[in-house]
Amino acid sequence: MTSTRRSPWLATGYGLGHVLMVVPLALLVAGASLIVGLSVVGLGVLLVRPFAPALAGFAGVHRRMAASFLGRDLPKARLTRTGAGPWRQVIAWFGQRTFWQLVLWLLFAATGGLALSALAAGLPFGIIALVATAFGLWSSGEAPLWVSLLLFALGIGLAPLWWYYGDVFMRLRTHTEAAILRPDPNAVLEQRVADLTASRADTVDHSAAELRRIERDLHDGAQARLVSLGMNLGMAADLVDRDPELARQLLQEARHATGAALGDLRSVVRGIHPPVLADRGLIGAVQALALDLPLPVTVDAALPGRPAAPVESAAYFAVAECLANVVKHAGAQTAWVVIAAPKNRLRLQVGDDGRGGVRLDRGTGLAGIARRLGAFDGTMDISSPDGGPTVVTMEVPCEWSSPRTTLSSGTG
Amino acid sequence: MRVVVAEDHALLRDGLTRLLTAYGLEVAEALDGTTGLPEALQRNDVDAAILDVRLPPSFTDEGLRAAIEARRTRPGFPVMVLSQYVEHLYARELLASGEGAVGYLLKDRVADAGEFVDSVRRVAAGGTVLDPEVVAALMHRRGDEPVDRLTEREREVLGLMAEGRSNAAIGHALFVTEKAVAKHINSIFTKLDLPVDVDDNRRVLAVLAWLKV
Repeated sequence: MTSTRRSPWLATGYGLGHVLMVVPLALLVAGASLIVGLSVVGLGVLLVRPFAPALAGFAGVHRRMAASFLGRDLPKARLTRTGAGPWRQVIAWFGQRTFWQLVLWLLFAATGGLALSALAAGLPFGIIALVATAFGLWSSGEAPLWVSLLLFALGIGLAPLWWYYGDVFMRLRTHTEAAILRPDPNAVLEQRVADLTASRADTVDHSAAELRRIERDLHDGAQARLVSLGMNLGMAADLVDRDPELARQLLQEARHATGAALGDLRSVVRGIHPPVLADRGLIGAVQALALDLPLPVTVDAALPGRPAAPVESAAYFAVAECLANVVKHAGAQTAWVVIAAPKNRLRLQVGDDGRGGVRLDRGTGLAGIARRLGAFDGTMDISSPDGGPTVVTMEVPCEWSSPRTTLSSGTG
Repeated sequence: MRVVVAEDHALLRDGLTRLLTAYGLEVAEALDGTTGLPEALQRNDVDAAILDVRLPPSFTDEGLRAAIEARRTRPGFPVMVLSQYVEHLYARELLASGEGAVGYLLKDRVADAGEFVDSVRRVAAGGTVLDPEVVAALMHRRGDEPVDRLTEREREVLGLMAEGRSNAAIGHALFVTEKAVAKHINSIFTKLDLPVDVDDNRRVLAVLAWLKV
């Protein structure tokens, strides 16, 4: 058991939670007994059809509790549904590792698990009860003094047991649950394939939409301007002898057109891959971005190297979109960006002191970022209570290309 | 006036050389990269340098780094940095590399040859020249109430001042007399609580500091 020690109060709280769920637990145990009993006459097997999902749901609640107590992610083991008739479904479940894991978990939860939770939850109550009884007996004089003293000593003696071992009991229970419910590696792989298929489809859609946008930008911008430029130059060449004054005007217009075409191309290039990102990497580019915003943005960044180019670009656009949201919607006085590299991950945080209430589904472009990061197995987490402050945390798994640490911080 | 030019695109390098020569400047060296650039920037017979931000070998910001390095070892050496795009961050770094004698322009500005050569001369004379695009972004960013107090014309004058133009040049650009420009400038400085300064470059720097470059 490697997890950090939790307070005995917390352990008692979780234990109490488990003990309070004893009624559904008892019902499930009764259901299991009924199934085993009836299977002698062949009927029990049909009852597995409603029983297994109920068990999976109940085990899921415990899995989430264990995950929260242990402070780590416990992946979900899934019972696959075939969509076939009850008989076939039940037979399919019998062949699944997950089903038997759930049964094993029920056995544990109803015996050792319950005992451990009862210990963690019950010890403080036991201590109070013993001490209270000792005082009651002593004040009423119904029993000899040594009985009261013995009960009192017993109560006080249990206190260190609860204080030091309360969380050990709960850790023992939750670790065991985690071990029993660990998902089948094959099922994990299947889930991974499904996730990848979905994120790849998103990525392909996104790239196609981006290409269409770039094509349109070039078509409506630089291309159109170059066409008119060519026209002006052609006319100027024709007019240069007949009407030098008009030719001069046309040439001047042509010069303006080149400037405008260059401006269009610059904005297209910025949208594809900002030059400063190529020059200075993620940190420099984010600093450059922060400088151009109408509110002070603090950038705190330290990375052990440069991420792979696609990750770097996605990370840059994610921060850019978050900051654009801050400017447009947050009504903030200040904002901050933290870029860090915990282990093999790239973590980006964008926060502001604005009005909060940011949600993934409110069409602020955050859903688009989340999808884009999803292509790199990235995650996005938004903390934005109404009234603020808002913190958007994004993480992407990342390999670092160079061992050099680039450090920087500043306000712009 | 003798200048060093560093630009990797042969077409642009030749064009720049031709343009500068046509306007009476002498191109001492025209380089296609950073090879030999540090030495060229140290030459005593060279008065200024015109550098592209992106140069080989890595095609990132070698030109900018070379400019800053040259001004570190040779304080006040006039450098005009050209780029396909302008970045506020780079403008800030250039301005921090020493007071005055620095320019940062989009390559597009070369199209207006007269204005461009004039910018180079101003930089060589110790002036500060900033691309209108950077200035516009700064003005937009500072879009708060002191800027709102300025009239439309005063805002135009402020923008041109931040680009490093003289009173005469501002007057020429806005089709008004130099006297009218001076009046606008006085009014701007009063509204923004800036000390009035007769020295052109110090005035530009005050405006840029106010714009929080």
